[in-house]
Amino acid sequence: MAASILAVDDSPSMRKMVSFTLTSAGYDVVTANDGVEALEIAKTSPDLRLVLTDVNMPNMDGISLVKHLRELRDYKFKPILILTTESSREKKLQGKQAGATGWIVKPFDPEQLINTLRRVLD
Amino acid sequence: MSIDLSEFHDIFFEECTEGLSVMEEGLLTLDKGADVEEINAIFRAAHSIKGGSASFGFTAISGFTHVMETLLDEMRDGRREVTREIVDLLLESVDVLRDMVTAAREEDESENQRTAEVQAKLERVLAGQAEAEPEAEAPAAAGAGSDSAASPAEAAPETEEPVQDADGTPAAAAGWKISFAPHESLLRSGNDPARIFRELERLGRLEVASDSADLPLFNAITPENSYLRWDLTLYGDIAEADIRELFSWVEDECDLTLTPFSAVEAVPAESEPAAPAAAPAEAAAAPAPQAVPESVAPDAAPAEVAEVAAKPSPAAAETEPKAAPKPAAKKQASNKESGSIRVGIDKVDALINMVGELVITQSMLSQISSNLEEGTTKNFDKLLDGITQLERNTRELQESVLQIRMLPISFSFSRFPRLVRDLSKSMGKQIELKMTGEHTEVDKTVLEKIGDPLVHLVRNSLDHGIETPDVRREKGKPETGVLELCAYHEGGDIIIQVKDDGAGLSRERILGKAVEKGLVSENEDLSDERVYNLIFMPGFSTADKISDVSGRGVGMDVVRRNVRDLGGNVTINNNAGGAGSTVTIRLPLTLAILDGQLVRIGQETFIVSLVSIVESLQMKREMINSITGQSELYRVRDEYIPIIRVNRLFGTREGTEDLLDGLLVVVESDGQRVGLFVDDLLGQQQVVIKSLETNFKQIQGISGATILGDGTVALIMDVPGLIQKHFESCKRADSGRAAAA
Repeated sequence: MAASILAVDDSPSMRKMVSFTLTSAGYDVVTANDGVEALEIAKTSPDLRLVLTDVNMPNMDGISLVKHLRELRDYKFKPILILTTESSREKKLQGKQAGATGWIVKPFDPEQLINTLRRVLD
Repeated sequence: MSIDLSEFHDIFFEECTEGLSVMEEGLLTLDKGADVEEINAIFRAAHSIKGGSASFGFTAISGFTHVMETLLDEMRDGRREVTREIVDLLLESVDVLRDMVTAAREEDESENQRTAEVQAKLERVLAGQAEAEPEAEAPAAAGAGSDSAASPAEAAPETEEPVQDADGTPAAAAGWKISFAPHESLLRSGNDPARIFRELERLGRLEVASDSADLPLFNAITPENSYLRWDLTLYGDIAEADIRELFSWVEDECDLTLTPFSAVEAVPAESEPAAPAAAPAEAAAAPAPQAVPESVAPDAAPAEVAEVAAKPSPAAAETEPKAAPKPAAKKQASNKESGSIRVGIDKVDALINMVGELVITQSMLSQISSNLEEGTTKNFDKLLDGITQLERNTRELQESVLQIRMLPISFSFSRFPRLVRDLSKSMGKQIELKMTGEHTEVDKTVLEKIGDPLVHLVRNSLDHGIETPDVRREKGKPETGVLELCAYHEGGDIIIQVKDDGAGLSRERILGKAVEKGLVSENEDLSDERVYNLIFMPGFSTADKISDVSGRGVGMDVVRRNVRDLGGNVTINNNAGGAGSTVTIRLPLTLAILDGQLVRIGQETFIVSLVSIVESLQMKREMINSITGQSELYRVRDEYIPIIRVNRLFGTREGTEDLLDGLLVVVESDGQRVGLFVDDLLGQQQVVIKSLETNFKQIQGISGATILGDGTVALIMDVPGLIQKHFESCKRADSGRAAAA
């Protein structure tokens, strides 16, 4: 079975683009609108292999999401990548301290994103 | 793998439109006091637009939004006070952004002067705060933004550096000496130096030398610790920031020094034992098997990345934008304005529910029919029950299908808070806008077409209706005028009202003007209402001078025409017992159904829209006037109305020829009255309009068809088209006669 990835973004076009990119590379994709929804999904699906999240989102932002995910037993060691337009040092540091595995700055190159995911998942 | 991003453009544009409304609405509430949550929402909307536009290659938009975002960020953090000037500027920016999005949607790549101006304004405001936080990125991105959007190679503003030759010519190019000494904990946070080296290799040729001096004895090694340090040599003219970027994920867990060296120094560097790039690093840090003692092989090291590529590599960035414009250019203006509609789930559910009911009824009916016995009336009443049920289902289904086209009028109302705010500011008036009934649902087409007339009416009220604060004070009114917009259902219609508490209408002035323009004669005795509604006549305008606000040569007659095109009508009146006036627009609930008057011509039934009918009458011989044989006029209360013999016009031989045998249906369109000569009036009923074009072809004078209860097809007359056709045929007849003579 293809690896399942949870993609979190509040922008529909981004969600669509990310999930299109990932599915074309053969991954299964589950999407969520914000941190709250993502956390719910993560709690009920322990089999997801990787989480890819935006930072600026309503209800729960990406960084808090990472923190919450790291508290879940099934997500303690799973790769969590952040995909955002934010590129400031403090933000990255916040993300890292929250437990994110990596930081990808938007705009992303689809091919590059896939390569990165492959490296992380293999 | 190439991915065609243009597929997602439409969805992105829709998102932009939504985001822009969120921003606008949010900014308008900031006038009443800054609210952190509101600023956050505005910020997020701007941020999403920025992210999306950058991802889809709309550089100009992302550059512009970036500047806005920076300003909003300062407001969000409380570093900048929310003043009216800032809100004004941001609102202006929203307008500019909206234009940019529209331009992008229409693939219009021309430069917009206003964009540059507003962006410069934003930058000036930001620069005022510059000492607080030097935002290094802002000018770069802004620069890219103000450049022409036509050069997609700039899609990624961070990729300006020239791409290195594959084998990097160190003699010509300078490079960097990088000393990288990870702290012991580096591996434990899931970072892998080898990955960083691989990313570095993308920037230029890389030489890696490891220093294992700190490596403890084998039995003292903790596999999760990092003991190696590296000296890296990276060749090429590379920006320091790019290198630091790659290390940014680990910068708090290592000692990092970057030293540039010039081309001359590079030569000896070459002679150093040049290891095959990254290979040693690979060996040192890769989760190597247990058996290799001198490797720090942390087999517990999580197999996760350290610093993930922060941006597309220059090479990748170059290929992507090149590919993007091609598919974008392919699809042309055809589906720019797609006729899509957003429907609430509840409406779709209701529809599905209804279809379910229909299926049940259908199976019930077929069961009954199989139980029917020939020649008896057994089960007959059950069949009748079933048919009654089918009838109810059908009606409900029809209603819910029509519901799909219904949208709340707030889509149209939402533009007014901004409009009123801006206009009242420019006119020096204080105006409060009240809106009620925003949830009233109207047909999508009605919604789209009612926007402009409403704007016109609101502008009129603001300009001519509501007085300046001084005048209002003198009159003993509160200084702040009230403009009210309301929408509600009444009967089968939608009523939209624009109400103000301004000066109201002046009978004398309107009458004077109307007489001057020859619209009415001086000694006509007209009711107040008639007089007020004269302002809807073509060529009527009481404004003494053409103002910026309402007098653009578009008069109230245009409002009336638009409303009539929608099958509605508009009236104006002074408010009873109070100041000001009220414009009332009455519209049909939907355009798919029409209130029709059935008329008979010979054996044919035609339908005339009820709203266009003024009156129907039986003609008297002495009132009929014939002009040169062809045109016939009928005198109705001092007005001569052309008689249109519908049967002749449509070329049917049926129907009565004697004017005294039939009836005259007086209809009005665009202020023009004509009489339709028909045999008889039948009933009035609601009819569902079927397009003739989709089933047959367009016919002048006929706007569609419908199927009557008995199954026959009846054509619906298009009054404006009919009038035009009539005058054309008169002209032909005239010129024919002239030619004959």
